[in-house]
Amino acid sequence: MNLAHYLGLLHHAESNLAEAFAQVADAHEDEPDVALDCRRMAQQCQAHMEELSPFVDRYGEDADDEPDRLHSDLFQGTRTGALALLRDLHDLYLMTSESDLTWTLIGQAAQGARDRDLLAVVQRCETDTATQLAWLKTRSKQAAPQALVVA
Amino acid sequence: MSSTVDRIAEPWGPRTPYGPPARPAEPSTWPVRVDCFLADGLAESDVDRWAQSAAVLHSNGDGLDIAVKDDRIVGVRGRAVDRVNHGRVDPKDLYGWQANHSADRLTTPLIRDGGRLVETDWDTAMGRIVDRSKRLLEHPGGWGRFGFHTSGQLFLEEYYALGVIGKAGLGTPHMDGNTRLCTATAAAALKASFGTDGQPGSYTDVDHCDAIALWGHNVAETQTVLWMRMLDRRSGPRPPAMIAVDPRTTAVAQEADVHLAIRNGTNLALVNGIAHLLITSGRIDESYVHAHTLGFDALEQVAADHPPARVAEICGIATRDLEAAAEIIGSCDRLLSTVLQGFYQSNQATAASCGVNNLHLLRGMIGRPGAGIYQMNGQPTAQNTREAGADGDLPGMRNWDNREHIEQLARLWNVDPIQIPHWAPPTHAMQVFRYAEQGSIELLWISGTNPAVSMPELSRIRRILAKADLMVVVQDLFLSETAALADVVLPAAGWGEKLGTFTSVDRTVHLSEQAVDPPGDARSDLDIFLDYARRMDFRDRDGGPLITWTGPEDVFEAWKACSAGRPCDYTGITYDRLREGSGIQWPCTPQHPDGTERLYTDGVFNTDPDFCETYGHDLPTGAAHTEEQYRAKEPGGRAFLHAVSYERPPETPDDDFPLLLTTGRTLYQFHTRTKTGRAAQLHDAAPDVWVEISPDDAAAAGVAEGDLVRVESARGALEAPARISRIRPGLVFVPFHYGSWDVDDADRPARAANELTLTAWDPVSKQPMFKVAAVQITKVADGTGPAPAPTLGASAPVAADAVPATVGGPGARATSTQGGLTT
Repeated sequence: MNLAHYLGLLHHAESNLAEAFAQVADAHEDEPDVALDCRRMAQQCQAHMEELSPFVDRYGEDADDEPDRLHSDLFQGTRTGALALLRDLHDLYLMTSESDLTWTLIGQAAQGARDRDLLAVVQRCETDTATQLAWLKTRSKQAAPQALVVA
Repeated sequence: MSSTVDRIAEPWGPRTPYGPPARPAEPSTWPVRVDCFLADGLAESDVDRWAQSAAVLHSNGDGLDIAVKDDRIVGVRGRAVDRVNHGRVDPKDLYGWQANHSADRLTTPLIRDGGRLVETDWDTAMGRIVDRSKRLLEHPGGWGRFGFHTSGQLFLEEYYALGVIGKAGLGTPHMDGNTRLCTATAAAALKASFGTDGQPGSYTDVDHCDAIALWGHNVAETQTVLWMRMLDRRSGPRPPAMIAVDPRTTAVAQEADVHLAIRNGTNLALVNGIAHLLITSGRIDESYVHAHTLGFDALEQVAADHPPARVAEICGIATRDLEAAAEIIGSCDRLLSTVLQGFYQSNQATAASCGVNNLHLLRGMIGRPGAGIYQMNGQPTAQNTREAGADGDLPGMRNWDNREHIEQLARLWNVDPIQIPHWAPPTHAMQVFRYAEQGSIELLWISGTNPAVSMPELSRIRRILAKADLMVVVQDLFLSETAALADVVLPAAGWGEKLGTFTSVDRTVHLSEQAVDPPGDARSDLDIFLDYARRMDFRDRDGGPLITWTGPEDVFEAWKACSAGRPCDYTGITYDRLREGSGIQWPCTPQHPDGTERLYTDGVFNTDPDFCETYGHDLPTGAAHTEEQYRAKEPGGRAFLHAVSYERPPETPDDDFPLLLTTGRTLYQFHTRTKTGRAAQLHDAAPDVWVEISPDDAAAAGVAEGDLVRVESARGALEAPARISRIRPGLVFVPFHYGSWDVDDADRPARAANELTLTAWDPVSKQPMFKVAAVQITKVADGTGPAPAPTLGASAPVAADAVPATVGGPGARATSTQGGLTT
């Protein structure tokens, strides 16, 4: 059974995402809505990790040391201005998309494993992730015309 | 029966008790009481003529006539026939008109020259704006270099003209009003629950209701005539029960049967807790909920997480008070709710305001006499800013995300739909200032408002307005704190000096006649906008002029076409019809020429996907829902129940800043006092800023009544005398009205409340959070007397005997004449 590998992948993805949301929040304090929502989403990702932990233990987490390129690409030093915000939201969207699909796949596996507890966690958490994606899209769509055409 | 009343000392005037009409269909039984104030000892018989108008120093929309003698305004008198006020006049309107005559009115345009504002003529001033505009438009994305910050104090026609200039002429989404600060959450909550903006209720619901709940609404000070109506019900037969939610001991709280002095920022916990009690006790209208709402199961789950003990703990109130409020709401037959800044300018604003809508939907209390909701407005014409699309909404309550709605506007204006920005919601005010701060907006045009005092975190706002690469245009009656920082200042005509219409909270449209000429070279805001449009030579898609209007009635007729078929349908209203009567409620069509008293009388809401104003949001984050998601819900005319859990505000007290700040209003002042501060009676009643603290907090800080204290947040500080009041312990209140325009001492420390507030806003309504900021307080010096705070209302001193009562004296004598009914 390879579920452990994917649980490990998701645990890492949520961990990286929590860190990335927190970094974006700190880097964009001058955009208070971004900072507030990113902090809230960093906390959600932390909560997801806690929810996942018992299953990681149950299925025996196989430590996955594959480098996470998406996260390592974030923030090449501090940038300012509207383009930096757009780029950071864009990165977060891609990272969150990885979590989003991974939740879906683990949900499928949970069905196959007849694991009602894991299925309940997936259903709770994937709603948060979908909202994170929707928010990132809403906010970056709003920012794009000014950042790309005007500024 | 006529009496002379000092309306500073007795702001609500004599009582005229009344009971509910015998049958719902009967006309209002609220007795007429005509209030009048004339200057210089004039009698009504001395007046040359009366010009029909309505009140502009709050949002109630009270009908009044302007008295004119020798071509000067000399007073006002309430209109007995008006459906809103039955003759009564708010003290702010009784005395505030005197500001029109101030010696410091702007009478000529000013331009910045060598760092100073100097007098000039209209051609030069407008030439500067137009030159800059045309230069900005020469480059790609020119539209994005313009920002507009308008008001809740202009007229409908002015907003519509501005909206067309911005959206079809320049093609910019960067237009909002200071309505963002006062009423954006009302609009957001109405859209989220019912599909579109538009108040469900009518003021006549006060006549019929058997319970009134005031959610963060100090109506006794902000809309005094509405409060008079409520007080008259309370003193008549079969009075309604009353619930007040307010951390201060307002006059409303003192009158109420249940006062919930909750901790600031916990509104959502409170309304969820009441929903919990209604659901668990089975006091919901199950057939109404089933037939007319969506989302009950999710709400039931969230409510289950808000049991009374937890809610009482979060809100800092007794469980029995929470239960008493739920008992009233759960047992009444006709509940009237009003909601205002205590909810709108606080934590989780849209979700909490939707939470009030939830309670009405759960109880089936909407759309019938006495069962109503007022999601209030703060400013007199805020409703029109929203309707006409001069803020973050599109004209006619259209949905920016609905292609057909954009095409309707494009046909109406004869422009290419792509010219109308609709890739995202119109830019909200806080974001407009952010773009100006970052430098992408290079021309910021501010009309009829004063962000240098009213916006949060003023040091930042001043820094933005003073930026060298930003051209700031201000049109106003006075050289306000904002105008003083402008590059071009345009002198505007005010109320009574121009013709137009505006609309009250309960959708009553009033006409306001031009009573006198404006001073000097001042021009109406409409004339200024139309002059700009002419000089810019905006064109439609066939090369014809985009804007051909020459006066307010032209614009009104164009607006009617824009409103046709939308919730705010004005097509049955004309200037002549408004002159014949005294206010008509929209929607008003040729088929329903008398207007519409209540919305949603049949339980069918404006949530149809092709009609609604928004596809909705995730309320905690503001993430937009898509059209597909919305259609999948199959709303079918049902209203949305919203299920959101309480979360802590973004800033809470800590060791460094142990107290919570809230800002607000006094009865005697409006906004940043540009008018009320220039009327002697109002100025003298509340001449300077103060800080309210509880006896406990005062004792802890060693502060006595009148002592000078310093209030400091992470963002700034102010100094003001302390008023020891019955405010909730742990909370500090500072009125937001006081800027610097009438401070003579240049060395005086800052006094504006918004030096302290934080830059943060609700994720859906984008309304800034003025009601939650952590502060510390320290004594600076002994006082020389009591604080300059009124002794009436929420600022009443604990030591009542030690502070002279607020009175107006001989100069404030007005008359109140009782008798008769409005037909």
